[in-house]
Amino acid sequence: MTPSDRDATGLLTRPDHFVQLVTPAGERRTDAEFDPWVADVDTAALGRLYRDMAIVRRIDTEATALQRQGELGLWPPLMGQEAAQIGSARGLRDDDFVFSSYREHAVAWCRGVSAADLLRVWRGSAASGWNPYDHNMAVPQIIIGAQALHATGYAMGAAWEGTDTATIAYFGDGATSEGDVNEAFIFAASFDAPVVFFCQNNQWAISEPVGLQSKQPLARRADGFGMPGIRVDGNDVLAVLAATRIALDRARRGEGPTLIEAVTYRLGPHTTADDPKRYRTEEELAEWGARDPLARVLTLLASTGFDTEALEREVAEEAGRVAAELRAAITTIPDPDAMTVFDHVYAEPNTHLARQRDHYARYLAMFDEGAAASGEGAAR
Amino acid sequence: MTTLTLGKAINQGLRRSLASDDKVVLMGEDIGTLGGVFRITDGLKAEFGAHRVVDTPLSEAGIMGTAVGLAYRGFRPVVEIQFDGFVYPGFDQLVAQVAKLHYRSRGTVRMPLTIRIPFGGGIGAAEHHSESPEAYFAHTAGLRVVACSNPADAYVMIQQAIASDDPVIFLEPKRRYHVKGEVDETASLADAKPMGVASVAAAGSDVTLVTYGALVQTARDAAIAAAEDGISIEVIDLRSLAPVDYATVEASVRRTGRLVVAHEAGQQGGVGAELAASITERCFEFLEAAPVRVTGHDIPYPPAKLEKHHLPDLDRILDGVDRALGRPNSLSGVEA
Repeated sequence: MTPSDRDATGLLTRPDHFVQLVTPAGERRTDAEFDPWVADVDTAALGRLYRDMAIVRRIDTEATALQRQGELGLWPPLMGQEAAQIGSARGLRDDDFVFSSYREHAVAWCRGVSAADLLRVWRGSAASGWNPYDHNMAVPQIIIGAQALHATGYAMGAAWEGTDTATIAYFGDGATSEGDVNEAFIFAASFDAPVVFFCQNNQWAISEPVGLQSKQPLARRADGFGMPGIRVDGNDVLAVLAATRIALDRARRGEGPTLIEAVTYRLGPHTTADDPKRYRTEEELAEWGARDPLARVLTLLASTGFDTEALEREVAEEAGRVAAELRAAITTIPDPDAMTVFDHVYAEPNTHLARQRDHYARYLAMFDEGAAASGEGAAR
Repeated sequence: MTTLTLGKAINQGLRRSLASDDKVVLMGEDIGTLGGVFRITDGLKAEFGAHRVVDTPLSEAGIMGTAVGLAYRGFRPVVEIQFDGFVYPGFDQLVAQVAKLHYRSRGTVRMPLTIRIPFGGGIGAAEHHSESPEAYFAHTAGLRVVACSNPADAYVMIQQAIASDDPVIFLEPKRRYHVKGEVDETASLADAKPMGVASVAAAGSDVTLVTYGALVQTARDAAIAAAEDGISIEVIDLRSLAPVDYATVEASVRRTGRLVVAHEAGQQGGVGAELAASITERCFEFLEAAPVRVTGHDIPYPPAKLEKHHLPDLDRILDGVDRALGRPNSLSGVEA
């Protein structure tokens, strides 16, 4: 039997033995080490974390629907990973810098990226949706794990400049098999780079279970690189927030990198082009559905006497507004002009490309002139 | 004017760039305390400190990828790849990240990296130490590829590469590191010939011989030898392989009507193939003969005892010139 024949995700990566502050049943657990880091999170603040998670879930379902309707070419859903993304992103300062993969829509939302800018790439209208320096968040990375090195280099630079800015790199469980991620661990540890490696172990790299990437919990790998590894319930927004704050604090104090493994689950497909029914079971889906990151927060809030019905009502309204904005944004994304394919290849003039651009412009102009001459513009 | 070796000229150019812009950082294996295996960064760590001249772990992807992050932060990293054949572990970061991030970010993120690669053979080295990887990079949109051939150019071009807002693959002809030449260290960079412009290394009228890097000297020697036979070769030092300064090459070919391109890299899909095709497209009516390529064979770089059979030398170049001129040559009588 090869690892890929396994139908389960593997014993070692079952969601036990991790830090958890809110159970799936909505009970608050105490943790002497983690609790002080979220002591400021009162019921109102917890309500805001719920709001974030609910809104990004709605963004996600709306974008998935837009893809099904042909408005987007592709969409990588984040459903199930809301706590991992919101808990970590809400731990960041504005001046911290984010390097993400392609699934961190919730992180982008927290960084203030607009609905239209979120969709631009997936509609195929632009190579990137936003200016990284407007949001201190790099353009998303498709090559698996490449951004871990970028984050490390950025962090090295921030430290050399004498700032206490931290950098966070988001990647999945599959990325931990890539050389780039391992090399990033080495560089970060060797140079005490103020970087947080935030691994969302969502159990599946498209169809490959995490057991194929690793024989042991991913957080344990940190030890071999000389940095702490924290394994946290990635569906517990409070625990994720605490873990991220701990790691960021280490980074700011010049103590170097931390690896966080947020144990979570991708409830949807890898992308809208994927069919997860081929590789995972209904039982597994149901098991993880019962660990939903949103439901447990509501239950916890209700147990404290918080008016969760009002919260749900308000959040549903706001999520509806955001979803409508998202849908409306589609119409504001223009199809790019043909000649923009040549833009930004180089920062400085390039004689070769200038000639190629000129030739293509002449080619396109032939059609305009032909249309003008024959009066058949629309027919072309 | 001072007399410097090509290696020392690069060292002086790096020193001047480090001194003029504190965002310039050098990164690589053994470049700090040791000064690099070729000593190109000799003395720079002592002068500028360990955060400006950074000894890295042995990881080419790591060097390239962290340099990307530093560029994101506003630094201008100068990366040393120890030997040409070691660039491949960093290839993905180079062609998928360094080359594309400006495009991918719609011009908002600059990647002003300089990737220094000692390239080419002729030093009797072991495997992976004598390669000519330039075509991979010339083929990659977003990268500029330049090669220096003499100390004066090396001194200026390394500074221009570092000052460029685009990523530049900076090829150093390692077998020419110890060749001396005059360098004007006082001249202003603003007045220097742009690194994208080719040089006429020797004027001539019968055939245009285009090359770059270490072979420029071999081509000049060939021109001197050919002159004894009454053949006038114009040698063009291409300097920039991407983009190519076609204006200079075209002007020469329009006069001579004949083109020979020489490089150490293999023939298939190479810089010479591109030049031959482009010049044919651009000035076919001026050509008296088909362009000729004199290149390394399409083989892995051979063992040191065989490299003289791989590298174009003076006689192979002259044979190519004979082919372009229709004179008796090694392929006389061979059907096309």
